[in-house]
Amino acid sequence: MVIRKAFMTSLPVMAGYIVLGTGFGILLRSAGYGALWALAMSLFIYAGSMQFVGVSLITGAASVLTTAVTTVMINARHLFYSISMISRYKDAGKVKPYLIFALTDETYTLLSDGKIPEGADPDAYRFLVSFFDHCYWVLGSVLGSFAGEFLPFDSTGIEFSMTALFTASFVEQWLSAGSHLPALTGLLSTALCLVLFGPENFLIPSMILITVILSALRGRIATPESRKSDGRREEK
Amino acid sequence: MSHAALLVAVMAAVTILLRFLPFLIFTNGRKTPSYILYLGGILPQAIVGMLVVYCLRETDLVSAPHGLPEILSVAAVAALQAWKRNSLLSILGGTVLYMLLVQLIF
Repeated sequence: MVIRKAFMTSLPVMAGYIVLGTGFGILLRSAGYGALWALAMSLFIYAGSMQFVGVSLITGAASVLTTAVTTVMINARHLFYSISMISRYKDAGKVKPYLIFALTDETYTLLSDGKIPEGADPDAYRFLVSFFDHCYWVLGSVLGSFAGEFLPFDSTGIEFSMTALFTASFVEQWLSAGSHLPALTGLLSTALCLVLFGPENFLIPSMILITVILSALRGRIATPESRKSDGRREEK
Repeated sequence: MSHAALLVAVMAAVTILLRFLPFLIFTNGRKTPSYILYLGGILPQAIVGMLVVYCLRETDLVSAPHGLPEILSVAAVAALQAWKRNSLLSILGGTVLYMLLVQLIF
């Protein structure tokens, strides 16, 4: 049965999404935003790293421009997941808009090999895998939000989970990347802009500097083999 | 609409746009420009580096405890990740260490 097959495929994502979703819900609660906010963000944004950064954007009352540009930079990789799925999702019919909307790093990883279990309808199968993943993420966030309200311990310092998420992802990419130039460009450009522009205004200059440097380095960096491996551990 | 709700809407709209854009532009006939493919392969690594610095932007190195909880916890996350290659374990371990450090020691 296609439901059972899709559920089995989605199992590896379940633990990760529920744990990280819970972390997001707790963090959002500790920033003063409750379950409805967690629900809305996980339902409609549905992008892990972005939602963690979103908590700081919201609490820091960032401008609309900063928020939009930051979202573009953090989520730019989704362009490439979509590009590689264009032909696969071409004839998906009614579920196509949802399949595109729900194409996170993990769902992409599960579906990008193009394999469909024997006898399963491809569209139904892809829809259900996408939908189950989305459910885990929303469920985790809302659980975390409620858990955050009744935490039996002092949650001071829980905001470090976001730093830990990106540090783990940075190290993972560092270990699997062919060239360390992109990672170093990101670290050093941002550190420089932090010193030059201060902690309130350095994000947009950093993103411009990174794009300029990486464009200048084009041809000198061995093209990463990587769109696939990039995303795998990257988010949530 | 509160400013926070506006920002959530902006994040959602931009994310949705990014996911849909290729389906609207690069239909089967048109090839993706190689510059775009290059940036797509390479940007994620740089952006994660940027986000690490972004998360640590408020760390005060000058006055006590001189960013020591952050330095120790980031090192712990990195070491755990290099050792076990398990992101959830690294995140959990580093966060628990940081919470213990700021609550009990510093």
